Amino acid sequence: MTEFLPPALILVAAALLIGPLRGHARSAVVLLAPLATLWAVWQVPDGVVTTVSFLDYQIEPVEGSALRRLFATIFALMAFIGGLYAFRQARWYELAAGYAYAAGAVGVSFAGDLITLFIFWELMALFSTVIVWCGGTPEARAAGMRYAVMHLFGGIILKVGIEGVVVHTGSIDIQPMLATNFDTWMVLIGILINAAAPPVSAWLADAYPASSPTGSVFLSAFTTKTAVLALILLFPGETVLIWIGIYMIMYGIIYALLENDARRILAYSIVNQVGFMVCAIGIGTQMALNGAAAHAFAHIIYKALLFMSAGVVVYRTGKSKCTDLGGLFRTMPLTTICGIIGALSISSFPLTSGFTTKTLISQAAVDEGLVVVYFLLAAASAGVFLHAGIKFPWFVFFQKDSGLRPKDAPWNMAAAMVIFSALCILMGIFPEYFYRFLPYETTYQAYKPGKVVFYLQLLLFSGLAFFLLLPLMKRTLTISLDTDWLWRVALNRIVRFVTDTLAWAGATAEAAVATLLARLGAFNRRHLGASPEQNQRGVFARTWQIGTTALWIAILLFVYVFAYLIS
Amino acid sequence: MSDKPDDDAWLARPDSIRLLWRLFWAILALTVLAQFVIKVKGYFVIDSWPAFGAWFGFLSCLAMVLVAKALGFLLKRKDDYYRVEDGDD
Repeated sequence: MTEFLPPALILVAAALLIGPLRGHARSAVVLLAPLATLWAVWQVPDGVVTTVSFLDYQIEPVEGSALRRLFATIFALMAFIGGLYAFRQARWYELAAGYAYAAGAVGVSFAGDLITLFIFWELMALFSTVIVWCGGTPEARAAGMRYAVMHLFGGIILKVGIEGVVVHTGSIDIQPMLATNFDTWMVLIGILINAAAPPVSAWLADAYPASSPTGSVFLSAFTTKTAVLALILLFPGETVLIWIGIYMIMYGIIYALLENDARRILAYSIVNQVGFMVCAIGIGTQMALNGAAAHAFAHIIYKALLFMSAGVVVYRTGKSKCTDLGGLFRTMPLTTICGIIGALSISSFPLTSGFTTKTLISQAAVDEGLVVVYFLLAAASAGVFLHAGIKFPWFVFFQKDSGLRPKDAPWNMAAAMVIFSALCILMGIFPEYFYRFLPYETTYQAYKPGKVVFYLQLLLFSGLAFFLLLPLMKRTLTISLDTDWLWRVALNRIVRFVTDTLAWAGATAEAAVATLLARLGAFNRRHLGASPEQNQRGVFARTWQIGTTALWIAILLFVYVFAYLIS
Repeated sequence: MSDKPDDDAWLARPDSIRLLWRLFWAILALTVLAQFVIKVKGYFVIDSWPAFGAWFGFLSCLAMVLVAKALGFLLKRKDDYYRVEDGDD
């Protein structure tokens, strides 16, 4: 095969051009580059199409397969919709960072070897940090710093794993492995950190809601889903992932239920949704991997849609807390409807993309006879409707009348939301067209009457539970502690305690020495020296009268003679 | 809801809310009754029981809300918690 340039380079070029260009030229680059990337993605045939020699390694920057094209497609599409949503409102450096970030994701999609994967992986870490910083507030600066530390740390772990794999197997190829030794565990952990797996899930809900309304749309799409792709490529059928996934699902639901900030609710539900994918990868059958890939594709669309609707609210009102919002449906009908479509999709409501993709994962659990997993996934589907499907639109757009009467979305934001809403519904109604692009051929039937009835019962009665339990879910001005408390507070306190203790010990020792010296000095002065203020010398420094001296000598002689006589 | 004249959105009126609740109950009943006509294929015995989806969904949500509530006592802090933590030195 002839040399084929990585499609990611188109987005890199666009990111470089966005800064110097102005006006319509910049808008043209923003809107056309992702479409050009999309075209290039579909030119990539199966197999390794480009190789480069680097040191002693054969680097494979472009390797095609159905799975890789599927992910690259949604990443490029996401860049287009994200660009459309943001290009009139976001600052140029946020757009440029967003496109470089998307380039990283497309690059990872086609990476044929671990070295290429790592380079694009770090590109994503760098530019996603810039996007968090573009939030522009002191909170965004601090959250971006924590985000960068977490991802650079994850990058180091991944790098340690990759080095180990390369040294011990001699191969830099991306191929399925299992976490059986130190090297592979390091690779797995490095990837899982980007997937927001426990115990470090907190970085996601910490950083994403701190970004700008446009930035969070880019952030929601790429990092966790490239981690899902990397897991599908490297660890299909690694059973530990089933339980990591289940944990993430439940974690996302519980924390989202407790949360007050609308965008943070959505951030927790990313962890929840990625949990479904991670669990599916752990199951590892063709049906399950199809489910993971399909769900990632659908998830990027509806999650971006949800973040876009929340973004419009933040953009128009400057508020994102449920306690400040409510009743916005009056003046923001389009944003409300798009938000509801996204919410129904994430809840896998029939006729939306969530239903046609998430049920693939449940089906995979059924096929493998995983009873517990199946029922947990069903319970989690109910929980998703509860924490995202109803909670998000209810508290933002309905609930009480907050008195806010903001304008609806600007035209470009509206267009982006309408396109993704349409995709959510099209994928829900015509899943068979979408299933053709999945990595494995499937004859899966999404719609069977019995299954639809089951899911309608499940979801609608969850809705009933929501409204009946509403008093228990009254929003409060609170946040919820997470494992990041350990390094944000506990570590801080330990450091402060140690420095305080050392300072105290130093001060105490210093004071003790000073007291000792002072006492010695006083003793000396009292007994040996002259004390000028009292005009009297110490007892050993006085001049004694001759009579007293003679008396003392006589006494001493007497004692001596007496002692001599009795001995 | 407030009685300001501009707040006459149809969705906010008590009458419409009552109507929506009735509609909701009717739809809930329909999804349960539908099971007599449409057979729900259970994969693991109990999920073919009548109204399994309904009570399983409801109880799952109840359990999750209660667990969240209980954890909330342990985990919830005022939302300026970290600002105070970082700044009290």
